[in-house]
Amino acid sequence: MTYEAVIGLEVHVQLKTRSKMFSRVAAGYGEPENTLTDPVVLALPGTLPVMNKEALDKIIKAGLLLGCEIAPLCKWDRKNYFYPDSPKNYQISQYDQPLCRGGSVEIELPGPARNVMGEHRRVALTRIHLEEDVGKLNHGEGESLVDFNRAGTPLMEIVSEPVIRSADEAFSYLTALKTVMVYGGISDCDMEKGQLRCDANISIRPEGQAALGTKVELKNLNSFSFVRDGIAHEIRRQVAVVEAGGSVVQETRDYDGQTGASQSLRSKEMAHDYRYFPDPDLMPVQVGEEWKQRIRSECPELPFDRQRRLQQEFAVPYTITSVLVPDRALCDYFEEAARLSGKPQAAANWIANDLLRELGAAKLPLAESRVRPSHISGLVGLVEGGVILSNAAKEVFIEMFRTGEAPEAVVARKGLKAGADTGEIERWCAEAIAGDPKSAADFRGGKDSAINAFKGPVMRAAKGKADPKRVDETLRRLLAS
Amino acid sequence: MKDALYHGTISELSALMGAGELSAVELMESVLARTKAVDGRVRAFNSFDEKDALDQARASDLRRSRARAAGESVGPLEGIPVGLKDVISVRGQPLTASSRMLEGFVSPYDSTVTEKLKAAGAVCWGRLNLDEFAMGSSTENSAFGATSNPWDLDRVPGGSSGGSAAAVAAGEATAALGSDTGGSIRQPAALCNVVGLKPTYGRVSRYGLIAFASSLDQIGPFTRSVGDAATLLGVISGHDRRDSTSVDLDVPDYGRAVADLKKSGRRWRLGIPKEYFGEGLDSEVGAAVQAAIDEYRRLGAEIREVSLPHTKYAVGAYYIIATAECSSNLARYDGVRYGHRSKDARDALDLYFKSRAEGFGAEVKRRIILGTYVLSSGYYDAYYLRAQKVRTLIRRDFLEAYKHVDAIVTPTSPTPAFRKGEKAANPLAMYLNDIYTIGVNLAGLPGVSIPCGFTRGGLPIGLQVIGQPFKEAELLAVAGAYEERNDWRSRHPAL
Repeated sequence: MTYEAVIGLEVHVQLKTRSKMFSRVAAGYGEPENTLTDPVVLALPGTLPVMNKEALDKIIKAGLLLGCEIAPLCKWDRKNYFYPDSPKNYQISQYDQPLCRGGSVEIELPGPARNVMGEHRRVALTRIHLEEDVGKLNHGEGESLVDFNRAGTPLMEIVSEPVIRSADEAFSYLTALKTVMVYGGISDCDMEKGQLRCDANISIRPEGQAALGTKVELKNLNSFSFVRDGIAHEIRRQVAVVEAGGSVVQETRDYDGQTGASQSLRSKEMAHDYRYFPDPDLMPVQVGEEWKQRIRSECPELPFDRQRRLQQEFAVPYTITSVLVPDRALCDYFEEAARLSGKPQAAANWIANDLLRELGAAKLPLAESRVRPSHISGLVGLVEGGVILSNAAKEVFIEMFRTGEAPEAVVARKGLKAGADTGEIERWCAEAIAGDPKSAADFRGGKDSAINAFKGPVMRAAKGKADPKRVDETLRRLLAS
Repeated sequence: MKDALYHGTISELSALMGAGELSAVELMESVLARTKAVDGRVRAFNSFDEKDALDQARASDLRRSRARAAGESVGPLEGIPVGLKDVISVRGQPLTASSRMLEGFVSPYDSTVTEKLKAAGAVCWGRLNLDEFAMGSSTENSAFGATSNPWDLDRVPGGSSGGSAAAVAAGEATAALGSDTGGSIRQPAALCNVVGLKPTYGRVSRYGLIAFASSLDQIGPFTRSVGDAATLLGVISGHDRRDSTSVDLDVPDYGRAVADLKKSGRRWRLGIPKEYFGEGLDSEVGAAVQAAIDEYRRLGAEIREVSLPHTKYAVGAYYIIATAECSSNLARYDGVRYGHRSKDARDALDLYFKSRAEGFGAEVKRRIILGTYVLSSGYYDAYYLRAQKVRTLIRRDFLEAYKHVDAIVTPTSPTPAFRKGEKAANPLAMYLNDIYTIGVNLAGLPGVSIPCGFTRGGLPIGLQVIGQPFKEAELLAVAGAYEERNDWRSRHPAL
């Protein structure tokens, strides 16, 4: 029998805000333990939460970008449970009135080959709500220490409908979601820093069956590939259970990306009763049309929309747009270079090949690149105008990358101008033919490759400034006469 | 001034200091000596910091002399010792909520009201006893020992702000702050012959107040006169960015507003809710309140019967909402970051169980368990949601009544001070003590208790006046009109 997997993802995304969700202390990563705290974060007696409006701005932006319906009221609830990383032993969250409902994420499935665009489809969302992050437990020998730096960081929970059908689709979904979040400046989504975390609800059913199977929640999927591998592993595990005549048990399982195995964390019977109720310390906040309109005006073009536009407007191929588009800054960089130069494809090649290669080798972010879009445009102009030859252009690029000089300055300083005129080439070619009568006879006798014997001496005489194509043409003409 | 300094009102003492006839240090020394003389019997204080209080008084005298030299005036609280209930945070001072759970805890920050008192020049004086985490009506639930009623040391001072009421009554503080969730300011004020005011919910910031039930808690003053209550309310009120339930409304000069209302000769329309004069009301209390109503009539007030039909559901709704909120608010006391931590816990779960079992007293545990229950899956709609609906109906009752009257007059407590231990074994009987005060919290209204007589046995009786939202000036004007016509407040307990 063939089985179909039904997958829903719950993705937690930390918002990129200056301060925490309910206090004025800074939000951040990598600081010494318990330094990003204050009486509110530590839940000292008598402290009260106050909502961070910037966090609300960002979730509204996320909702607008993903086409969600935005609630007219931001209402807060308490989710009660005891855990040492939770300072209040309740988490302020949104229960029955999430700020965003509906919406969808456009995803691209893997194509038939790396350089071929895959099928696009939309993964529907159930809801997005806002809450606060918890601290971190560090387990040592015989003791556990708590670091509350992360506690209170604004956190968005994005819940998809159970419409994902494979591990690859889940991977594509996360990739697309991350790109939108980064585009919107909503989060950096760095999984290593815990800025994006993912849990998966997975069940299987015989293909064609409408009823859903028993679901298993998979936790601790802490990289994109672990998400893919963990889901694939869980689907195989469930199929094996069913094929062996057993039935899947509703439970929460922990996936270990290192070993590729999972183990049960808790069963349904041990599920928490969170005793949600409206937080009496926080007044609901009205989200009016004006507020939404302001955020809408700050929303960028969505990544896939941009990719389609680049392909239409600039005729840049998929192989290149798929490199440029995921990085909003790189894409901005490209568009600037394309417009300045008027030669989008040439500019795209320089950026997607040379610039990315050099940045990668130097381990530099784009923002620190000395080569600016105007430099790319200048370089493209020099090549197109025949001022420099393509091998010299490569050298110019390397120099620009190193020094930040304008391309014209590099050409002048290094004397890379394709200076050889037709008369000079004619003379060097004639001299080379006269100096090697045997090869001339061989060529005339029908041995085409004999022409190469003259090219070395001509290029040496030209010191590399002669266009090989023109040298070849001239030699053939002279030898034929 | 005919009284001892330690029995003086804010206005009297402020006038003496303003005239250069008294220093803040002399006043503090008088209050300190009185406290040392009587607090062994009254036990109003959990602790006090003598040196710190005298340092504050000296600093106050310095400010006053500098202001005088510069030709400037100082505020009415300058140099006045104001006691603080031990749930209001003062930087560098203990903050215990009268619980083992917070024994030894020192707060690293000031509450908003503490900041405001300090900015007004008051001396923040001592940590006043209460029922543990403000849960109780007798101050017997304190982990550090019960407070006694200064009028009869065998009786309770009421609660939960019993320490605040007893201190002001006994001359151990010129004024005090307490907190009121279901009557915790007004009921002890009534039982101790002082003025106790619960402001409108949202009038005073709760930042730095240990939460019992967030949607009901409100800080308010204990004073020896209605005028003093107006003064203190003016200092502690106002919007606070750190408390999003505090309301962004201008704070009037309450003293002037009350004086203007008095001058205007306005004829007050006072409502008498029939539901507040039924079974369970002590006959002497009933008679004293009736006499006060008659006095109002003689003053020219129009007395009308009003109905608050949902009153009978108030105690039930209150004990669902308040306990639900407290079960969540008190979850933070877990032994992990601060407070009591059990010495022999095996793991994290055991640490919670043992620390909380050892740290909390019986009444606190009872309410946490009740609150946890009413919020549980499957019970939420039947209890919490329904209680919230009742709450809306109760507020509607009051607002309906206010279409016809300016204020409502009732007894504060059904009985005068009861004997220690008398109700300790019967939580329900204890809960019924708040029957006349709870509705005010559920409706978020301001209410004040003022002295209105004594029983034949010499126990104080309180009159409650309930006002309209954010109309504390009218409320205090009504209370002040009665206060002027008698001298109950000038009687002091024999200690």
